[in-house]
Amino acid sequence: MEWLNILIQGSLLGGIYALFAIGLSMSFGIMRLVNIAHGDFIVLSAYVALVVTQGTGLDPISSLIIVVPVMFVVGYAIQRGLLNHTLSGGLLPPLLVTFGISVIIQNGLLQGFGAYTQRLHEGAIETASVQIFGGISIGVYPLVVFAVAVFAIASLQLLFYRTGLGRAFRAVSDDADTAELMGIDNRKLYALALGIAMIFTAIAGVLFAIRTIFDPAAGPIRGDRRGAGRLVRRALRHPGALQWVVAGLSDWGRAVGRVRAVDRGGSAGRWWR
Amino acid sequence: MSLLATNNLSAFYGDFQALFDINVTVEQGETVAIIGANGAGKTTFLRAVAGALPTKPEMVMFDGHPIGHKTPHEVVRLGIAMVPEGRRLFPSLSVEENLLLGGHSERKGPWNLSRVYELFPRLRELRHLPAPALSGGQQQMAAVGRALMANPRLLLCDELSLGLAPVVIRDIYQCLGAIAAEGTTVVLVEQDINRALDASVRFYCFQEGRLALSAPTKNFDRAAITAAYFGL
Repeated sequence: MEWLNILIQGSLLGGIYALFAIGLSMSFGIMRLVNIAHGDFIVLSAYVALVVTQGTGLDPISSLIIVVPVMFVVGYAIQRGLLNHTLSGGLLPPLLVTFGISVIIQNGLLQGFGAYTQRLHEGAIETASVQIFGGISIGVYPLVVFAVAVFAIASLQLLFYRTGLGRAFRAVSDDADTAELMGIDNRKLYALALGIAMIFTAIAGVLFAIRTIFDPAAGPIRGDRRGAGRLVRRALRHPGALQWVVAGLSDWGRAVGRVRAVDRGGSAGRWWR
Repeated sequence: MSLLATNNLSAFYGDFQALFDINVTVEQGETVAIIGANGAGKTTFLRAVAGALPTKPEMVMFDGHPIGHKTPHEVVRLGIAMVPEGRRLFPSLSVEENLLLGGHSERKGPWNLSRVYELFPRLRELRHLPAPALSGGQQQMAAVGRALMANPRLLLCDELSLGLAPVVIRDIYQCLGAIAAEGTTVVLVEQDINRALDASVRFYCFQEGRLALSAPTKNFDRAAITAAYFGL
């Protein structure tokens, strides 16, 4: 039974990683943009939610009504005003610029909020669990996160394969020059893509901040080591495929491994907390 | 007033000048051919007209308005569509999605999916296949159909015959005749001189970025074309 427990807990943990991976995969898949600051955008979303919950008294999940549009606008504006200007010169300029954004976000948050660890409190759901067969307990919250991840991937699948916007995204990913000759405004489309990626980043950030503590420097741990290196390698191996699904599935294996390591009494590393 | 007129059009790739003072006019409803050897500047000319190469605004006049400074997607909205050299279909899109993408600008006009399928019945049968699964000729039909979906007033065709069997080339040029008969103005870039001259009423011959010869295709002087083509 123990192996089944490990498998289930690991799968549920994979849900949050899949959400982390979506934003990164979208910006790499569509714009060939390696977003070093992805982890920091996740943490930034958590801080936006912190401000919203403290300011309005909303609970963290309800605060998404505000956090999601805010992060969409942030993504749209950064792509339109900054990252679009880096895309013609190869892979390196966006890498450097997003590295700069990463530094700015981390230090901006440090300046504004201090180095204290923060949490978002959602109440009883955080610790609730349900018993299933064989004496295995499943946390309600990880289950919710997993469901959100599945829903997110399904909705992206619909967006990409059933809408004109998704068609345009895939065409630009295939051949940006020809897409422009067919009447697509690439720059606007890229801005929309990062905006949409930020919607999922915002959701991931808030769900993650309910699950565990965060501080201004949490980003690189969440996003980059988790993400940039391995995810980009994976995305490169599966261009055109539903990269976030592939990435999410691969992370699933890793998550199972992490839970197993803890189960054996080993350390799961800093990211676990 | 000409539909398309270039005024001393010059274009550069970095420091390299690819076009020198090109003056080309295309009247509404005409089919005009541009011929020339490799590197003569034919494709560069089309790219400059389509907005893919920046030029001074007045160097390219479309329907009396300067468009040299406009971006490709703005130019498509004005009614200039391109069939790029080598087809350049989107490999991860199906044939039908490729066609639909051509209509991204949502310009109003006679062309839609069913009209394109009428023109190329074979594409209707293949519409759910990914674009790379098609033969070269079928891909070229899809590329022409994709450009038509933008409902262009001016259709730019770059090397339609490239890499295709003669019988397939003949079919495609027949369809092009049907398109032109609808009133669409066509600019053809070709290396296949006979094919290009058969399909057009006038031609321009480029040589090393300069206009070497322009004449009606009726009673053309083959020796003059040879001289202009090779610079002999």
